[in-house]
Amino acid sequence: MLKDITLGQYFPGNTVAHKLDPRTKIILVIVYIVALFQANGWIGYAVVTAVTAACMALSKIKPSNMFKGIRPMLVIIVLTAALNIFYTQGTPVRPGWIITWEGIARAVQMVLRIVLLISGTFLLTYTTSPIALTDGLELLMNPLKKLKVPVHEMTIMMSMALRFIPTLISETDKIMSAQKARGADFETGSLVQRAKALLPILVPLFVSAFKRADELAVAMESRCYHGGEGRTRMKQLRMQTRDYIALALGAVFLAVMFVLKRYAL
Amino acid sequence: MEPVIVFDNVHYTYPADEKESLCGVSLSIEKGSFVAVLGHNGSGKSTFAKHMNGILVPDEGRVLVEGLDTSDEEHIIDVRRRVGMVFQNPDNQLVANVVEDDVAFAPENLGVEPKEIRERVDAALRQVGMYDYRMHAPHLLSGGQKQRVAIAGVIAMQPDIIVLDEPTAMLDPQGRREVVDTVFSLCREKGMTVVYITHHMDECIDADRLIVMSNGCVMADGKPADIFANAELLRREGLEQPETARLLQDLRASGMRLEGEPLSVEDCAELIAQVLQSERSRS
Repeated sequence: MLKDITLGQYFPGNTVAHKLDPRTKIILVIVYIVALFQANGWIGYAVVTAVTAACMALSKIKPSNMFKGIRPMLVIIVLTAALNIFYTQGTPVRPGWIITWEGIARAVQMVLRIVLLISGTFLLTYTTSPIALTDGLELLMNPLKKLKVPVHEMTIMMSMALRFIPTLISETDKIMSAQKARGADFETGSLVQRAKALLPILVPLFVSAFKRADELAVAMESRCYHGGEGRTRMKQLRMQTRDYIALALGAVFLAVMFVLKRYAL
Repeated sequence: MEPVIVFDNVHYTYPADEKESLCGVSLSIEKGSFVAVLGHNGSGKSTFAKHMNGILVPDEGRVLVEGLDTSDEEHIIDVRRRVGMVFQNPDNQLVANVVEDDVAFAPENLGVEPKEIRERVDAALRQVGMYDYRMHAPHLLSGGQKQRVAIAGVIAMQPDIIVLDEPTAMLDPQGRREVVDTVFSLCREKGMTVVYITHHMDECIDADRLIVMSNGCVMADGKPADIFANAELLRREGLEQPETARLLQDLRASGMRLEGEPLSVEDCAELIAQVLQSERSRS
């Protein structure tokens, strides 16, 4: 049952969106978020929506998968919509009603903003493998090394964590089965009781995780690991023409959004 | 034969323990040989292995790897590059999400040029027969396959010696076979020195040399055939004689004249058949 969890949410593919350098994609997502928050008129939202749709089409991610990412946020979306509908001053839809035309417009825009924000950022994780993401992050944060930020340590921790997620999930499954076989009950009882029932899973899980960490450290040292100093990479990321084109398009997009904001469109 | 690893009166006690885990081990391991180390849990065989690449350093005495002292911090990376180590649990020694990235880990640490890393990784994966799996995620492989990837990760470092600490303890028979065959081919075809630690008798049969450890001491050191013929020593150490050795012993006890100590099933059968044939022709 725990095996169903897909972390990182990466859908392998061979599209342009998949082939772009992870650094380009990370920068583009940041550009996208900034641009999205410039939208404050209908034309602005239309442009962002069109760009998002175009990117989705390019990456060949099914809209149903996109919706899966949005579903957990549904409560927040509905709440935002409701608050905006009821608490915006303006001309009532009918005399005496609390709902205003302005409120409806605000609500639609807010919902659009959240949905677009989620879709845009999910496009990054959907089209980029976790390893490529950490590699991209390490390279992008490289200048921070001068400020004594432990960039290499942070990224190696991230990739180790990603490596061990499936291992620890299958271990949790095993421990759960073992405890169930001895009569543990995880599914019934009050919330407090169920939370307490998790303790016999967490304790052995932590103990074994520490043991694993210890063995892993010895194994890494045995393979000459001695920090990031003097380390090379087999797979080197190289920016290609398509990356520069994508970045240029991103810049154009951002410029357009700034102009639109200027004229409040 | 020139020695590549030399243990000189090595004593070691774990910080939390009172009892010595190694009590005065002195021996040397020859270049290109396949040395099997046999012993029960707590016999000190893992401690012995961890001394070979400086994971542990002796409390007393010293360990030399191709002339380098393992207690010398300055040369520790050199020592570890020369002595590759494979551990028992394959899950806890693979560091990357993709097989080929894992194999590349050691050469990356050593600062090898990217192009050469690629070549080494491909060669290492071919060597262990895992090249077709280079893009797979390690956690989806079988135990034997994971362990072969771990071996490839060590080969990519281009070590002179490879030490395996019970690499088959957590594997099924099929996985054990895969790993043992891979290790033997490394020694016989590539001339790598192998130190193979195990508690499976049958995996030691083809080794050049067998060391039996107990309570942190070397109890026996010699050719596998000689050691397995010594029923008294094996009984004392609580080790089981391989079936072939036991059969030969029983046949001898019942009056059959057999020469030599063949340990593999095929050799043993051949010897018995020969003797039977010559007896029949005589009668």
